[in-house]
Amino acid sequence: MDFLASLLRRFPQGRVLVDTASKLAYECDGFPLHRRLPLAIVVPRSTEDVRDIVKLCNEHGIAFVARGAGTGLSGGATPGDRPTVVIALAGMREFVRFDPDDRVAVVQPGLVNLDLSVAILDSGLCFAPDPSSQKACTLGGNVAENSGGPHCFKYGMTTDHVVGVTIVTADGTIRRLQEGDGADLLGLVTGHEGTFGILTELELRLVPAPEKIRTWLAAYRDMSAACRAVSRIVGSGVVPAALEILDELTIRAVEASVYAAGYPQDAGAVLLIELDGSRLAVDTDTAVIEAILAEEPPLTLEATEDAEQRTRLWKGRKGAFGAMGRLAPDLYVLDGVVPRSKLERVLREICEIGRTHEVTLSNVFHAGDGNLHPNLSFDGRDPIQRARALEAGREILALCVREGGSISGEHGVGSEKLEHMEFMFAPHDIEIFRGVKACFDPKALCNPHKAIPTGTSCKEGASAKAPGVLGAR
Amino acid sequence: MTAPPDLQRAYKASLDCVHCGLCLPSCPTYATTTNETDSPRGRIYLMRALAEGRIDIDDKSLRGPLDRCLGCRACESACPSGVRYGELLEETREAIGRVDDHTWRRRALRSWLDRFIAHPRGHRLSMSLLATTQRLRLDRASRALPLPGPMRRSLELMPKLAPSRERRPLETGIHEPKGPVRATVGLFTGCMMETVFGRVNRALLSILLENGCRVHVPAGQGCCGALHVHAGLRERARPLVDANIAAFGKDLDAIILDSAGCGSAMKEYGHWHEGAAAFANKVRDMSEFLDELGFVPGTKRVEYSACYDDPCHLCHGQGIRSAPRSLLAAIPGLTLKPLSRPEDCCGSAGIYNLVQADLADSILGRKIDDITRSGADVCITANPGCMLQIEMGLRRRGSKVRVLHIAEVLAASY
Repeated sequence: MDFLASLLRRFPQGRVLVDTASKLAYECDGFPLHRRLPLAIVVPRSTEDVRDIVKLCNEHGIAFVARGAGTGLSGGATPGDRPTVVIALAGMREFVRFDPDDRVAVVQPGLVNLDLSVAILDSGLCFAPDPSSQKACTLGGNVAENSGGPHCFKYGMTTDHVVGVTIVTADGTIRRLQEGDGADLLGLVTGHEGTFGILTELELRLVPAPEKIRTWLAAYRDMSAACRAVSRIVGSGVVPAALEILDELTIRAVEASVYAAGYPQDAGAVLLIELDGSRLAVDTDTAVIEAILAEEPPLTLEATEDAEQRTRLWKGRKGAFGAMGRLAPDLYVLDGVVPRSKLERVLREICEIGRTHEVTLSNVFHAGDGNLHPNLSFDGRDPIQRARALEAGREILALCVREGGSISGEHGVGSEKLEHMEFMFAPHDIEIFRGVKACFDPKALCNPHKAIPTGTSCKEGASAKAPGVLGAR
Repeated sequence: MTAPPDLQRAYKASLDCVHCGLCLPSCPTYATTTNETDSPRGRIYLMRALAEGRIDIDDKSLRGPLDRCLGCRACESACPSGVRYGELLEETREAIGRVDDHTWRRRALRSWLDRFIAHPRGHRLSMSLLATTQRLRLDRASRALPLPGPMRRSLELMPKLAPSRERRPLETGIHEPKGPVRATVGLFTGCMMETVFGRVNRALLSILLENGCRVHVPAGQGCCGALHVHAGLRERARPLVDANIAAFGKDLDAIILDSAGCGSAMKEYGHWHEGAAAFANKVRDMSEFLDELGFVPGTKRVEYSACYDDPCHLCHGQGIRSAPRSLLAAIPGLTLKPLSRPEDCCGSAGIYNLVQADLADSILGRKIDDITRSGADVCITANPGCMLQIEMGLRRRGSKVRVLHIAEVLAASY
């Protein structure tokens, strides 16, 4: 029996989608620059369903990729180069168990990030990682990508909040990985970008919701002044919950949208600063922050401890990527990281790269940890504009690595950054990555051609220049 | 790639979407099925693919995703990029409707809209027939009959109609206020609002008179055309639009409605022709108008423990959220209990509940859960379709919660 017939026999109607419209809708995720029609879309309801799909794929040598809400920005959930089945997990969204005393929640991977925190609101606990897409993105995707978010500066990335997972490995075996079980396989699987298997259940660590939160919005004449404020704050030893910067173009785009937050439109940059924690700690650190801000007074300064006002101030930041649709039909969001001390200079060079390639470039970023998000706006229907945007992106990521940073802070490599891996990794590094993947996925069926360059996409000659990070060469 | 000429406007609107996905949680159908094709982003992607020639207009798989859209426009309220989704959907549905024009489904829909909704006499006749059926208890008996689904569901949806004297149309002509005249307005009576909820129009008239408005109820006004436009039958709405513009004339300060769906459609009359724009600029939902005018409530206590449900075409379609709440806050004795998701669609959506029963029922189920949890004993809303739908949902559960139009609540204070 052929593959599709076997799928259709195993799953009821409506759970295997092969029509043109469905295939089109699932051909890309939040990174539509890469798209490819899937062979089929399957909608599982349980770990066992996922196992059966994966086993069928193994029997027939068909590739598969997991997808949550499809908000990822690196093409991680997009079908690959060969016929691929999309395993659509957004419907597996049950809240399985909540243990407030142990501060853990067990959830299915399709549960939406924000829905978890809302469901446990009354317990005084919350799930700390808060990607900008948190009202739409799924927790399964967060764990697979090791997502970040503005508050990860203080609370750590998703990997710091995963206690255990159930994974259907690429050969169709159901395994349970738990924190502290010998070798840190759980750490390895968090951030695997869906290339080792499919996560079907997550045990997540919850943290007490802060007793007090204080948020500032400081508007500066230019980006340099905002960056100087960040350096001073980090240098003071205070650890804010978040330090976010939006540039002029971003401010204008969000202020024109339903996410308008009241950012001053004549400012060259706005800086969002947030302190959270115990009342005492916040009050102590507030004095430090306010003294720092007074050293080089911003154009305007707004501070609030009111929940509603705080939501408003954050609204513009959370809607920033989507608002870029106002500038041009397509958006390429980069995710480079640079040492904090070099922020100001690197940003200037990034803007210069945008100008050279005649691409509209805006910046919104996590200033606290040097994670930049240069946004390239262009019209992808014009091949010249498209090529310029991709080239500008490439140069910007190369710059980040040259300055001692990285090509990705939190969006993952996916299909988008495959060709940029050579900036950071030497061929033998890539070989090690491939070896690790092969342990989980010997037949190379699980989201192949993602995260780790295969022979064709990693130019051997060029990568010899890369310093390599995994031991001596 | 060039778009087929008839989809230019839709194509342009689709380009504003950068595929971020922030619309997903706002969409009632995505929340139910979690299929990308049932999400605004997925639908926009398909509509763009259609305009770009990547999917054929004859492709059957294109219909399901677009037919299943409620047209609630909650995605517009969530979209950072400001995609004009409603416009995009209308134009695409129209193009698909032209292709499907010959099918029995389309023909049945068209003749039903033309004869029983848009045609005043046909509409009244069908309501009288329904009232008789109900009096003779034939509506219950009919449940055993093998009626087509939409017909059976419309029988379940309709509440017990009031006696015919209470359903008589509002008296046409000019109604003078008691005190000095603060504004001269027209009152749009609508179709369902007049024949099923005549009490609401009467309540609105009394509020306007109490608030110093000289009220014109012109003869010759009729269906707003919204159902035709949403069903992709735009050209059939044109005579309705022109009839309404002619009926109300040019000398009014505002044209007031108590039906959010009609209001949203009539505020968009400007799309038809230049002359319609002046009319559209005068259209005001009753809450919006009273709030702007400076609402003077009555002094009688209205001891309701109530929740307020935002009709989609009021909050998403017209951006009106605070006006109804501030009017209600002025009513002595009224307590407002918050709903957790007041802006979620109830599943009514024009005739959606008749043709997409399963999805509409699960969407309605969530709304009723929310209302029940709020502990309110009155649910206030501002659109006839929502009133029918929520009443049906409550009836099914044997709930005692009453559904009232905001006009009835405000009028009760005089």
